[in-house]
Amino acid sequence: MSRYIATRAITGANMIVNEAETLLQKAIAEKGSETPVAFPNTAYYMPLILGLTGREVSTLGDLVPVLEQARSMLHPVPSKQRWTPYLGETLDSGIATLLAEESIEAVRFVQGHQPERFPGFELAGGTAYPALGSNGDGHLNGPIDDIQLRSWGIQLVDGRMPGFAAIVGCAKSNEVAVKIVRELQRRNILTFLCGNVNGRSIIHQLQEEGVEMGYDTYIVPFGTDTVSAIYALGFATRSALTFGGMKGGQSREILLYNRARVFAFVLALGEVDDLKYATAAGAISYGFPVIADTVIPQILPTGVTSYEHVISMPWNEIPGEDDMQKAERLVQKAIEVRGVKVQVADVPVPVPYGSAFEGEVVRRADMRVEFGGKNSRAFEYLRMVEMDEVEDGKIEVIGPDFDEAEAGGAMDVGIVIEVAGRKMQLDFEPVLERQVHYFINGASGIQHIGQRDIAWIRISKTAAEKGFTLRHFGDILHARFHADFGSIVDKVQVKIISDPELHADWLAQARIAFDYRNQRLADLTDDRVDEFYSCTLCQSFAPDHVCIVSPERLGLCGAYNWLDCKASFEINPTGPNQPITKGRAIDELKGYWEGTNQYAGQASHGSVQEVTMYSIMENPMTACGCFECIVMVVPEANGVMVVSREDPSMTPAGMTFSTLAGIAGGGLQSPGVMGVGKFYLTSPKFISADGGFKRVVWMSSFLKQSMPDEFTTVAAREGDPDLIDKIADETVCTDVEELLAHLERVGHPALMMDPMF
Amino acid sequence: MPRARTPEERSADPAAIQMLKLAEESGLSTAFSRADTMSPCPIGADGLCCKNCFMGPCRVVKEGQVGVCGATVETIVARNFARAVAAGAAAHSDHGRDMAFTLKAAATVKGSDYKVRDPYKLYSMAETLGVPVDGRSVEEIASDVADIAIAQFGQQTGEVAYIKRAPAKRQKLWRELNYVPRGIDREVVDVLHRTHMGDDQEPDHILDAAIRCALSDGWAGSMLATDISDVLFGTPSPLVGQANLGVLKHDEVNIVVHGHEPTLSEMILAATGDPELLEYASSKGAKGINLAGICCTSNETLVRQGVPSAGNFLHQELAILTGAVEAMVVDVQCIMQALVPLSEKFHTEVITTSPKVKISGATHIEFDEHHAMQIARQIVRRAIDNFANRGETHIPDVSSDLVAGFSHEYVNYALGGVLRGSFRPLNDAIAAGRIRGVVANIGCNNPRVTQDWQHRYLVTEFLKNDVLVVQTGCGAIASAKEGYLLGEAALEYAGPGLREVCEAVGMPPVLHMGSCVDNSRILTVLSQMASEGGLGDDISDIPAVGMAPEWMSEKAMAIATYAAASGAYVIMGTTNPVKGSEEVSRLISEGWRDKFGGRLEFITDPDEILQNTLAHIDERREALKLPKYDASKWGKSGDARMLELVELPFAERQAALYGEMV
Repeated sequence: MSRYIATRAITGANMIVNEAETLLQKAIAEKGSETPVAFPNTAYYMPLILGLTGREVSTLGDLVPVLEQARSMLHPVPSKQRWTPYLGETLDSGIATLLAEESIEAVRFVQGHQPERFPGFELAGGTAYPALGSNGDGHLNGPIDDIQLRSWGIQLVDGRMPGFAAIVGCAKSNEVAVKIVRELQRRNILTFLCGNVNGRSIIHQLQEEGVEMGYDTYIVPFGTDTVSAIYALGFATRSALTFGGMKGGQSREILLYNRARVFAFVLALGEVDDLKYATAAGAISYGFPVIADTVIPQILPTGVTSYEHVISMPWNEIPGEDDMQKAERLVQKAIEVRGVKVQVADVPVPVPYGSAFEGEVVRRADMRVEFGGKNSRAFEYLRMVEMDEVEDGKIEVIGPDFDEAEAGGAMDVGIVIEVAGRKMQLDFEPVLERQVHYFINGASGIQHIGQRDIAWIRISKTAAEKGFTLRHFGDILHARFHADFGSIVDKVQVKIISDPELHADWLAQARIAFDYRNQRLADLTDDRVDEFYSCTLCQSFAPDHVCIVSPERLGLCGAYNWLDCKASFEINPTGPNQPITKGRAIDELKGYWEGTNQYAGQASHGSVQEVTMYSIMENPMTACGCFECIVMVVPEANGVMVVSREDPSMTPAGMTFSTLAGIAGGGLQSPGVMGVGKFYLTSPKFISADGGFKRVVWMSSFLKQSMPDEFTTVAAREGDPDLIDKIADETVCTDVEELLAHLERVGHPALMMDPMF
Repeated sequence: MPRARTPEERSADPAAIQMLKLAEESGLSTAFSRADTMSPCPIGADGLCCKNCFMGPCRVVKEGQVGVCGATVETIVARNFARAVAAGAAAHSDHGRDMAFTLKAAATVKGSDYKVRDPYKLYSMAETLGVPVDGRSVEEIASDVADIAIAQFGQQTGEVAYIKRAPAKRQKLWRELNYVPRGIDREVVDVLHRTHMGDDQEPDHILDAAIRCALSDGWAGSMLATDISDVLFGTPSPLVGQANLGVLKHDEVNIVVHGHEPTLSEMILAATGDPELLEYASSKGAKGINLAGICCTSNETLVRQGVPSAGNFLHQELAILTGAVEAMVVDVQCIMQALVPLSEKFHTEVITTSPKVKISGATHIEFDEHHAMQIARQIVRRAIDNFANRGETHIPDVSSDLVAGFSHEYVNYALGGVLRGSFRPLNDAIAAGRIRGVVANIGCNNPRVTQDWQHRYLVTEFLKNDVLVVQTGCGAIASAKEGYLLGEAALEYAGPGLREVCEAVGMPPVLHMGSCVDNSRILTVLSQMASEGGLGDDISDIPAVGMAPEWMSEKAMAIATYAAASGAYVIMGTTNPVKGSEEVSRLISEGWRDKFGGRLEFITDPDEILQNTLAHIDERREALKLPKYDASKWGKSGDARMLELVELPFAERQAALYGEMV
């Protein structure tokens, strides 16, 4: 801090705590202190208040002691002369500000003032408030829900999403606003928007320029006032609770966790007022530095934050030929200051490129051309060939480009990638091929869905206008395979085939390979390999958790199967995926081996002593927080239920996914609860020690719908073709009594099985 | 006989110079003038006089000469050194003992004038001393803590409890070297015994015992004194105060407390606010009752309650020379006998209060903790009665504002707030090189050198070189008088890196941490810095130096020894009591460095002190593989530009917000 900042921040803190108290008193007088308060879809009450104070706020009345605590952390402003130290006092006032701001948003939810109304606004990626009318009727995002937090989890830990930026205020111009968020998007940095300067917010600026905002574009508009910045800090608090295994009230640990592991910064655009200084003081306690585009006092000593904590880059003084260059420098500096590790593969295409564009949707009306889908066929096929068969960087477009296709039309395209490398193996073909989806999706204005011979790609009119052609698929794939898999891939060439005859030939060839791979995968079972793989990718977030990935049990995030881990080990032999020699079998039914036990003990730093691969009842595998589903024993039904991350509804356990996740995550071993990847459900080894898939008595309908074919196969394997229909879901029941009645009615096999306990 | 020095040669303090001129005009002697007429005994000064038995005293001044018993120069110098340490440790620790008994009284005597003011500090003591706290009242805990504290003094075997606050590596080293004190009193007795005629006659072995004795001061007696004072009177946190003779009031009853203990002075402070006594003062024509301090009693009341300081050790006579002091109330240590004859020339009444301290001719009102308030009121009433006897006054119009009260608890809080307090930002600042290193500049005044000059010169140079200075005792008051204990001083005097850190925290570049027993706070800070990480894992790794450039008391020898044994490089100025033996000089310097990383050197040239300090800091930085100190990298943060900008009219300010076009 400095005396000036301390003065402004402490003034702002006193003001906002007063305001919060007034608002709360008024709300209690009008609605009563028992009125429930909640943010949508979170198990963490008011998450920041829970994290920093341990208080589980669920009614207006619960906020009273929170504000008392906030008030106790306020201090007088420093004197003009003969001042006493103010750093600790300012940081306390910053925390008081955050407690007050979250309390204010809680009250606003009760009063219907949150999420903030914003006429004509449509969130890219959907809304958490269907009750407010259809998306597009005009409201901003409000707080991020637990589901979104978890689905971003794996990207945050594996570095695809290097951090988040909270932008507060209003940029110098609309063009600058767009450039700044594009620069952040290009680096896959999650961007939160809030605040205003004299009533005008960066959200207005981006809206005017037609920038899509929402979960899908990594640009999340919280609100047009500074108070809504609290959602960014609530998000940060929950990362520590969700992935760090921390409990509410562990304020010091939560703040230090954020300082060490969450790469976030605040970008203050335009004049900084008292409340912004006060909120920034709170953010600084989390270790998040502040970078302003105006003159403010710089505070460069480190310690509270890992690097400098307040940086001033007055806009006119940023070197650069024009505003666009200045914006670029500003973002670069922000990234430097937070020490955010960004790996950007330089991808030579005429449109912006980065994972932040992965979620972009190309609507039919905006579409120039599509490949695959209903009206055409597209496939992608990666194969390994001999070194001398590949000319690195050679990209051939065989057949016509899409300039001849009609606007909004469709055509057949095949993408054949040929790679060679001394460390390349046949088994890595599908691992690399699956990356095509992410790589192609990274281009702005291109949408990729599916894989293999059901790929479906759309190119937007904007992208086509900027000069995107078929050849650019090759450019993307060449650049990214080298950047991400350079240690196993030495040479890459790409054929993009639109010639109808060749297309048919190559498709037939690809299908032979796909069939071979399917068979290989079916043959790849736990008992046929000597090594499993560890995955400690999430230890940057969940320090005591370790995944053990076997051919028949993929990682709980769904992103890493055994082959992926094997390839990853080849790419980075000292990385997070290490081979674990199974060693002597202790109990093959439950899945105990000497090697796996020993590894689990060591990698969890002793917090786990033993782990079973196939049981939920005995020493189950731990979870970080990124799991796709939670499996939990329903003792009354002698079976288990499976809740998907996407399912916000109540479950027969009396808890929603978010609440259950608190029990399952954080590297804790809790018998009866387990976080898993959804494809593990279909594995013959799915809780095989406890009776296998037939134990599933309840399952989120989302899962049934998202992989019907796979479940049909499982039901046949289990010898009960109607099994899936016998499994209840949230449309059938959400409590145990009804569940039992349903199971009796359909004759679910779990009722006849041996008792689980 | 040497030439008498001018007032300007005797003191660097303008208030002192005024009073010394007055003394000269009045023909009154002071320590300053007596130092000119009383040359130090050259044999004793070098540590070569042995009077440990009555076959002597023996003076060994020639090469190869030995005492009557055959004691060598090395043995004699080492014994004298050890005895000084033991006396110093005894003084500090006995202060700690009295505090422990006061705590016991506070906990057990109904209606005691003392109570536990900082229960958190009590809990932290309880944790170290192994006293259970759950479900117990503050009084129960305090009573047990006091019992264990008292027992530390008489403990015969085992280890004193606070040793475990040191870095693990240091503890291990002490255990290996057999330095861990068994009990406080035992180590003092041990040194006195082994330095008796015909005992320990191997210099290194004698010095080892001195180290163990000194550690029983720093890591036991003094540390208990500090902790208990905080429990009873509050753990210091920053507050604004004033220092120098100008704090005495022309129209109020001036009571000066002098010595080292807070027990009585805190009560007198309370009594000065008593409406009945204020009324009484008013009835005697005084506008109020003004309490001021001298020496470390002053530091105790300054850092906790903001009671103004009339000055450091050499100001004791000068305060009386103002003619404005109604009562000088003294407790223990550093009280010159000269006060009494001097006070007889004025109306000032010197009141001794400690059962251990009587001075011929002074009024003795013996203090006991069970009647504390009553005694305090009696003293204040006497002072008020004396107001009418005041004659002409000469209060110099010189005083400086200051910010004091940096306990390690507060520093920890200041660097992260209530949720995230730590020493990390300090360690970071040192590691990066914004702060080049830390100097603990402590200790006394000594009339043989110009008062405060060395303190001032060194602190000025350290600040310029981005060295953070922490101070206690009379050195701290020297800096206070110079205006260094202010946030503003960082802007004016500190180098660019230190300035940035001070501006970020809002702290002065010189931190006042308390009285001379509070050097234990510095040990705690160093231990916490070591455990915070980034600066090695022991005190000896930290780029820090301890020094007492104007020391004079035996306590300073004890402090220097425990600081060195804790791993610090310690420099003592002014005089060299081991000068007589090259071997002892080598033992306490390279010998100690090789054994346990710290060392002690007596260096009388301030420039050499400065150079050695910076060299040691840079050498430690290099050993830690920290970047070389480079001031040109720093100084880019702060308020200056913003403060200019906010002065602009609104429209111009809006335009200037985005900076100047480049």
